[in-house]
Amino acid sequence: MLILGIESASLTASAALLQDDTVIAEYTTNFKKTHSQTILPMIDEILRMTEKDCGMLDAVAVSEGPGSFTGLRIGASLAKGLAFPGDLPIIPVPTLDAIAYGAFGSDAVLCPLMDARRMEVYSGLYGFNGEEFVVYEKAAARPMKEQLERAEALAKELGKPVMYLGDGLPVFEAEIRKNRTVPTLFAPAHTRCQRAGSVAALGAKLFEEGVRASALSFEPVYLRKSQAEQERERKGL
Amino acid sequence: MLKDILILGIESSCDETAAAVVRNGREVLSNIISSQVPLHTIYGGVVPEIASRKHVEKVIPVIREALQEAGVTLQDIDAVAVTYGPGLVGALLVGVSAAKGLAYAAKKPLVGVHHIEGHVAANYLEHPDLTPPFGCLVVSGGHTHLVEVEDYGKFSMIGRTRDDAAGEAFDKVARAIGLGYPGGPKIDRKAKEGNPLAIPFPKASVDGAFYDFSFSGLKSAVLNYLNHAKMQGLSVNDADLAASFQKAVVDVLTEKSAALIRERGYRRFAAAGGVASNSALRESLKTACEKEGAAFYAPSPIFCTDNAAMIACAGYYEYIAGARADLALNAVPNLKLGER
Repeated sequence: MLILGIESASLTASAALLQDDTVIAEYTTNFKKTHSQTILPMIDEILRMTEKDCGMLDAVAVSEGPGSFTGLRIGASLAKGLAFPGDLPIIPVPTLDAIAYGAFGSDAVLCPLMDARRMEVYSGLYGFNGEEFVVYEKAAARPMKEQLERAEALAKELGKPVMYLGDGLPVFEAEIRKNRTVPTLFAPAHTRCQRAGSVAALGAKLFEEGVRASALSFEPVYLRKSQAEQERERKGL
Repeated sequence: MLKDILILGIESSCDETAAAVVRNGREVLSNIISSQVPLHTIYGGVVPEIASRKHVEKVIPVIREALQEAGVTLQDIDAVAVTYGPGLVGALLVGVSAAKGLAYAAKKPLVGVHHIEGHVAANYLEHPDLTPPFGCLVVSGGHTHLVEVEDYGKFSMIGRTRDDAAGEAFDKVARAIGLGYPGGPKIDRKAKEGNPLAIPFPKASVDGAFYDFSFSGLKSAVLNYLNHAKMQGLSVNDADLAASFQKAVVDVLTEKSAALIRERGYRRFAAAGGVASNSALRESLKTACEKEGAAFYAPSPIFCTDNAAMIACAGYYEYIAGARADLALNAVPNLKLGER
């Protein structure tokens, strides 16, 4: 089983190849958002480095969102283009779930954060019960203050610390440090951000559970409607 | 006999998701367009975020349908051509990303196409006799250019709009008189019931640049006329207003086109772009060309609107000239004509 993982939901651009139980190649940058110029060259590089070819892929796992609308579309459209010729399945992987899954083995309540702008954060609540990955709360857009309260309420209930991770940390870390009331951890550099290796690994697990879409049907998960639609709704139209 | 060359064209620069298969640059085997017009109508114009989302949904179904209707498989395709600018960046990125993934996975060469060069190339699809050089008026919602097509893929810009594009003026005036979006076809229809000489609107020119256009003054004159009438409690004849506005646009476009044909001695002159399907403009340009002794060309309305057959056609000439896009091809929202 050879799965290509693609992550382009926000600042991170990442591509990975998962062969059975091993990430045989991964290429990640947390640099600038020029994903449309970087991700396909990354994919090409890791395929060539591992002497693979696009035709050998069994599935494409893609970080489905939430995130930057444009970033999500670049990943989605590229995945669709890659999957279409060989009629490969596309495995939609929730972006925040994949960040949390990267912290496998942690005993903390996992709270990945992505800057959702407009004073909000994209976040969810996750954890591990031994090897079992638990989704306590699915991804949503909320004010950071509210997300902190939810994370801490769950942590108190479970008697665990909270670990924050995700590329939203630089934006929200100071606020969390100021307002926290339970033991709090901040993920280290190597597990903090999105990685296509996690997307592919969680993708493989989801695929086994029967999750799949196709080049025709896959769509990103934006969580928010367009500004124009929101304004119409506010006006009661 | 050389082998046929099949190009798969992909277009997503604005509010149409389109794919097409074209043989040898001239013969359209399929031309699939998924229009989003009804989605944007309630907003009075294209909402980029809504357009981009719809492109993601439609891009592969449209490509699949284009291949099916052409009766070919991806393996039969010689190259993939995709619009990479100008246009809405979020919209362009969908077509560009999908085309890159598809070309890479199917091991096909990729060619990036300039949207406006595509519009010009739309003229080749139905006119086997048309070859460069010729003069061309490109008029759409986003562009108003007078260009010389020196050769396939080789253009020189002679005139351009300094402010609004002609199609943009149509949209704004249509909105002001309550016709709604898209304004071009609605004004065209309304104008048929009106008197084009009823209201004298200004025909703006640009000082020191005869071949440049300006439509914002005309647009303001129409809005002022409407305001004035409203304040005086006078009723406005929408059909007369539409006809008079349209005449002002058509006259300017025709006058400059005719002067260019005369100056450069063109034997062939073409119109391209969405506004080229305006019936008054086509009639006026045709008459002017006859007078100047030039053959007049314009695509059928289906090839005037944004479509991928024109992209496949322009892509074909790029492809046979050896142009290839690499894996890093990006969307360029303000791509200049002739820029590579």
